[in-house]
Amino acid sequence: MQEAVHAVEGFLYPNEVELQWSILIVLYPYITGLVAGAFILASLERVFKVEAVKPTYRLALLTALAFLLVAPLPLQLHLGHPERSLEMYLTPHKSSAMAMFGFVYLWYLMVVLLLEIWLDYRKDIVQLSQTTKGPVRLIYKALTLGSSNVSPGALNADDRIGYIITVIGIPSAFLLHGYVGFIFGSIKANPWWSTPLMPIVFLFSAMVSGIAAVMMLYIVTTWLRKKPLDMRCVDTIAKYLFYAFVIDFSLEMLDLIHRIYEADESFHTLDFMVHTRLFLSQVILQIILGTGVPLACLAATQLWTFSEPVRRKLYFTSGLLTLIGIFAMRWNVVIGGQLFSKSFLGYTSYKMEFAHREGLLAAVALMILPFLLLWGLVKLLPPWSEHEAKA
Amino acid sequence: MSTSRRDLLSQSGKWLFLTSAAQAALEFVLAGNAEAAPTYNMHTHWWAMTIDINKCIGCGNCVRACAEENGVPKGFFRTWIERYDVPSWEMEHPEVDSPNGGMDGFPEKPIKGKSFFVPKLCNHCAHSPCVQVCPVGATFETPDGLVLVDEKYCLGCRYCVQACPYGCRYINPKTNTVDKCTLCYHRISKGLTTACCEACPTGCRTLADLKNPKDPVHDFLRTNSIQVLKPQMATGSKVYYRGLDGSVR
Repeated sequence: MQEAVHAVEGFLYPNEVELQWSILIVLYPYITGLVAGAFILASLERVFKVEAVKPTYRLALLTALAFLLVAPLPLQLHLGHPERSLEMYLTPHKSSAMAMFGFVYLWYLMVVLLLEIWLDYRKDIVQLSQTTKGPVRLIYKALTLGSSNVSPGALNADDRIGYIITVIGIPSAFLLHGYVGFIFGSIKANPWWSTPLMPIVFLFSAMVSGIAAVMMLYIVTTWLRKKPLDMRCVDTIAKYLFYAFVIDFSLEMLDLIHRIYEADESFHTLDFMVHTRLFLSQVILQIILGTGVPLACLAATQLWTFSEPVRRKLYFTSGLLTLIGIFAMRWNVVIGGQLFSKSFLGYTSYKMEFAHREGLLAAVALMILPFLLLWGLVKLLPPWSEHEAKA
Repeated sequence: MSTSRRDLLSQSGKWLFLTSAAQAALEFVLAGNAEAAPTYNMHTHWWAMTIDINKCIGCGNCVRACAEENGVPKGFFRTWIERYDVPSWEMEHPEVDSPNGGMDGFPEKPIKGKSFFVPKLCNHCAHSPCVQVCPVGATFETPDGLVLVDEKYCLGCRYCVQACPYGCRYINPKTNTVDKCTLCYHRISKGLTTACCEACPTGCRTLADLKNPKDPVHDFLRTNSIQVLKPQMATGSKVYYRGLDGSVR
C-alpha cells in the first residue's frame, strides 16, 4: 500500500489508490479474443467456402479450444474467493453482465467447439481407435463416444450437423467476445471504458488477433514439421487479416476522433494519461508498432507483388506485431482504465508483482499453458494430413 | 411457580416505562438481534443522509468514529472528507486533498481560492450501478433503501468497485470481499443514528428517514438548494448535500 501511495499523482478518492484488476484481467479478453478470432477463421472455410484456408481449418479449431480451456483460469486466480465461483452458475444475478460469462462460456465450449471438433474428427478418431495400441487406443475408444459408424451416410450427417454448428458458432463467437467488450463498455462510472463501440471494437480486434495467431501458428508449425508452406493459404489469411484490421483500426479511430472532438469532462484526464503513463503501451506499442507497421506491411502485400520469401517475412512480422499490438490494446483498456481517478483529478500507477498469484509469473504461465494444451491436442488429433501438407 | 423479587421489579419496571412492543423489542436488542425485533419494520423506512457543507469543519471525527465502530481496515475508508481549494478563475481544476481520508484532520496550507470540506460516504443509490453488476447478487438493495454486501456470498471479483462512480468500495484485506458503508445498519435498525452522525460536532451530517413524515429531512430538502454527487450518473443517490459547490467531483 505504501508503494502504491508513492505512485499517486494529484488527487484520488482514498479507496482508489489500489488497482482492482491486474494483468490477469488483461489476459482474459486477450485469450477470449484469440478464441473468437480463431473460430471465425475456421468458419471462413466451413461456412463461407474459402477453400484456400482449408489447411488451417482444424488447427484453428484446436487453437480455439486450447485457448478456451485456459480462458476462465485468469478470472479464477483473480477472485478473492475462487471457491465461490460456482455461485455464478447456481445463483446468477440476471442484471449483471459478468454473471453471463459462465453460460456464454459453457455454450461456446460444449455446444460449439467440442461438438464441431468431435464431428470433424470422428472419422479419424474411429480409425485411430482401431489402428493404435496401448493406452492411447483407450483414449481414442473413449473419444468415439461409442459411435464407430463411419459409413458415407453417417459422415454426410456429421458434415451437415457440423455445418449447422458452425453457422450457430459464428454468432456465438461474436457473442463470446462482444460480450467481453460489453463488460467494460457498460461501466458508466469509467469514461475510458464506457462507450457503445467497446463490444464491436473488441470483436474486430478479436478477429484480428485470432487470425494473426492462427497464421503464425501455421507458419511456425509448418516450419517445425519441415513441410512446404501453402502460400495460397497464407496469402488468403493475410488478406482477411488485412480486411479485419482495417475495420478494427477504423472503429478505434472513430472512437478516438469522437473523444477528441467531443472533449467531455474526462477528456483532459484521458489525454494526459495517453501522453504520459500510457505513452509506451498505447502510442508506441499499440498504435505505431502494433497497428501502423502491420497494417502497412499487409497493405503493401495487397498492393504490390513480392516474392514468396519476402511475403513470408512480411506476414510473419505483421502477425507478430499484431499479436503484440492487440495485447497492448487489452492492457490499455484494462490497466489504462484504472490509472486515473474517477474524480478526474489524479493518477495512479500499476506496479506488477512478479511471483504473486496475480503477478507476471502467473501471467506468463497462463500464456504458455494454451500452447502446451495445443501441443497435446495436436498430438492427439493431428490437424494435418500428409495429403494436405503436400498440397 | 415462584418469582424472585429481582424478576418482579424488572418486569414491573418494563411495564411501567415501556410499551408492550418496545418491551418485546428490548429483548431482541439485548440478545443482539435487533433486525428481528418486531418494532423494526424494514418497509416503513427509506434511509438517507443529509450533509450541510457549510457546517463541516474537517475535524475527522466522523472518519475516526466510523473506523472505530465498523473495524475499517487501515488505509481504507467507509467515509472520508475531502478539502477543496477552488481558484475563482478555474473552477474545473480544483485542488483537492484528503490526507488519510481526513481521519487526522487537515494540516494548514495556503488557500488560493474558496475552500470547504466535503464529507463523503456510500450514496446508497436507489439505482445502484454496483448492485446491477454484481454477478451473484452479493451486493443488494434492502427494502429500507440501503445498499449492503453479503460478505459470505461475495466472490471478490471487484466488478462493483469498478462500477461505483464515487470510489466508495474497497476490498477488505481481512475477508477478501468487498466492503463499504452500511449506514451503520446495526445501529439505525435499533433506533440509533450512525456513528459518523453521532460523532459530528457541528451537526453537519444527519441521518434521515424519508418515509417518516415527521423527519426534519423534509423541511431540509424543501427549504434548501440541494445537490447530490455526480447527478449526471443518475444513480438515485440518497446522500443530499446542502451548499455543494459545482466544482466537487
